[in-house]
Amino acid sequence: MATSGVADRGSTKRSSDTNIWHNPTVRGIFWQIVLIAVVIGGVVYLASNAIDNLQRQHIASGFGFLNKESGFDISEKLIEYEPSDTYREAFVVGLLNTFEVAGIGVVLATILGTLVGVARLSPNWLLAKMAQVYVELWRNLPLLLQLFFWYALLHVTAPGPRDAWHPLPGVFVSNRGLMFPTPSPDPSHKLIWVAFFVGIVAAIVVDWWARKRQEATGQPFPMLAASAGLIIGLPLIVFLVTGAHMQLDLPELQGFNFAGGASFSPELTALLIGLVVYTASYIAEIVRSGILAVSHGQTEAAGALGLRRSLVLRLIVLPQALRIIIPPMTSQYLNLTKNSTLAVAIGFPDLVFVAQTQINQTGQAIEGIGIIMATYLAISLSISLVMNIYNARIALKGR
Amino acid sequence: MASTTTMLPAAGPNWARRFVPWIRANLFNSIGNSIITVLIGAFVIWALLGIVRWTIIDAVWVAPNMRACQAAGTGACWAFVAEKWRFILFGRFPYEEQWRAALVTILLFAMTGATFVPKLWRRETAYAWVAVLVISGVLMWGGVLGLAPVESDLWSGLPLTLILSLLSMIFGFILAVFLALGRRSHLPVVKLICTVFIEAMRGVPLITILFMASLMLPLFLPPGFTVAKPLRALVAITLFLAAYQAEDVRAGLLALPKGQFEAADALGLSYWRKTKSIVLPQAITIVIPPLVGNLIGNFKNTSLVSIISLLDLMNTTQVALIDPNWRGLTSEAYIFLGTIYFVACFAMSRYSQWLEVRLNKGKRR
Repeated sequence: MATSGVADRGSTKRSSDTNIWHNPTVRGIFWQIVLIAVVIGGVVYLASNAIDNLQRQHIASGFGFLNKESGFDISEKLIEYEPSDTYREAFVVGLLNTFEVAGIGVVLATILGTLVGVARLSPNWLLAKMAQVYVELWRNLPLLLQLFFWYALLHVTAPGPRDAWHPLPGVFVSNRGLMFPTPSPDPSHKLIWVAFFVGIVAAIVVDWWARKRQEATGQPFPMLAASAGLIIGLPLIVFLVTGAHMQLDLPELQGFNFAGGASFSPELTALLIGLVVYTASYIAEIVRSGILAVSHGQTEAAGALGLRRSLVLRLIVLPQALRIIIPPMTSQYLNLTKNSTLAVAIGFPDLVFVAQTQINQTGQAIEGIGIIMATYLAISLSISLVMNIYNARIALKGR
Repeated sequence: MASTTTMLPAAGPNWARRFVPWIRANLFNSIGNSIITVLIGAFVIWALLGIVRWTIIDAVWVAPNMRACQAAGTGACWAFVAEKWRFILFGRFPYEEQWRAALVTILLFAMTGATFVPKLWRRETAYAWVAVLVISGVLMWGGVLGLAPVESDLWSGLPLTLILSLLSMIFGFILAVFLALGRRSHLPVVKLICTVFIEAMRGVPLITILFMASLMLPLFLPPGFTVAKPLRALVAITLFLAAYQAEDVRAGLLALPKGQFEAADALGLSYWRKTKSIVLPQAITIVIPPLVGNLIGNFKNTSLVSIISLLDLMNTTQVALIDPNWRGLTSEAYIFLGTIYFVACFAMSRYSQWLEVRLNKGKRR
């Protein structure tokens, strides 16, 4: 018995032990069957309760409501929407608003976070300390409190349009939100966009060709300058050739509000400031640790090989730092998207806000929450799928 | 005293000898850096002057209402906080009984602080926690020992925030250990269920789980069976937090050398015996710093219960701001509230950094 104990662990039969209960495989199967039974039983019990309750309260079930008239207006929309439109369209409006906040927020948070993260490593003590204070301050306050603070600042404290704050030429902040200039529409803009995309495609092709040539002949090609020339230069040439139609549509005070330019409502402005400031404090730490993680030996070795400083940065430091930075950065982007649901607290009509209104009107909480959850799960799972592929690609190849 | 006066003349140049090079090296080591230093220095001085003027010099400390406040000075109106602090901290808890809520707050803070001391990481502390939770329950609910009963729907403010964040941390952690073990299990069904639960919880925003608890849960319970609102929120936060903690614990399990598992198997220990005596004590020690990070995040996250209209610290502040006598004093209210959250979170994050260094001491050579 004692000698055979370890060796027999995995096998199913023991000569001296006929008790079937002592067989790990049998016990495993037994407990799994118990678990399945408990889970299924629980689900059935809850579902039957739900069906009872819905019938007693005369609440409809199913997604039929999506085709019904919503009857509520949405204050901010990127597409045409009327109260007479269906719930389905209301949800699309909410989803687009969520994407708008997430898209702008991610870009701004990355820029601000990278600046703060690099500032924390600055040799200037004062600058590094300021960056540290920034990180410590915003990380240690609840995001909801920050959103309320920014919203109150814009909604309650900010002056009316007549004496709006005027931080930059053409930019106004008042209790009506943020007003900023946009380029006035012009037919030549379409061509500029076309040139921009052509430039990107051309840059990719040139990059592929330059790699091939360098592998074959060893001759380097100034890829950075070439792609910058293509992506920025081409649209610039088009812009100049078509006659340089560039006029800014400036917001101007007319009566009680601003006209011209573009505007963000106080809700959207507060939400964006809050999300960007909060997320940037996390991104700053990610950027800092990513840069610190590349050891000195790497830079020195590259220098010993005779690489120029710019090449050291591009070929040695950045690829290694990015390998560390990108995965946590993606999860911060996801966090920002998930945190944008706090928009309900300050009344910005994102997906959750629309769902909440729908639940209040129809009473169909299960379906409404189901839609939100499914949407966020789809976003999270697709991003983590992409990240898994990315991580597998950049994983250090062991020998 | 005499020694300091004799030291002083020598200390002057000494001080200068040490700090002038430091200032030169860290603030003015190049033209660019000098410009940055001057610009930031000017901004910091300007901002500090503005803050000091608003919060202290021009502030109004005593006033009957907002109008009197605005008439008396242009700075902050701290009279609002002086008037409302008890409501913000304890909310709708019966006024005469608020000493009980205050006592619970102090008890929970003290107990959390004690748990942060590594010397006290032993069995007795767990018993002390049980005792503190029982005492807190008695104080909050009342109804025994001559204490007036208080409905749990009246619990509010700081005690509610603390109870929610600490209880969800404790229950969430217990659940998380099982989830993490389940995700590493060899039994496919157990593994599947735990993985699906963890990924689903981590994939959705907390607010949807809270909506589920407040709007959907009543539909799933038998008719006439209701659950108190704070308890519903507690369940939601616990489930959400458990998924995140489970991933932390799993990281600890993955970090354990394989030899530990094999040695335990070689000793012939059963699965639960092995887990309890060999695996978990080591795995959990590894992941204490991220768990403290979770505690901070969770403390901040409890503020979301205000969206499902629970009167936590965040919501009592919002309610205090509705008072028509004190309208528009949002900055004062949020600064007061922010100070409470900041002190707690900052202390915990400093503690977590200190702990990380301490726990890694043995590994550093």
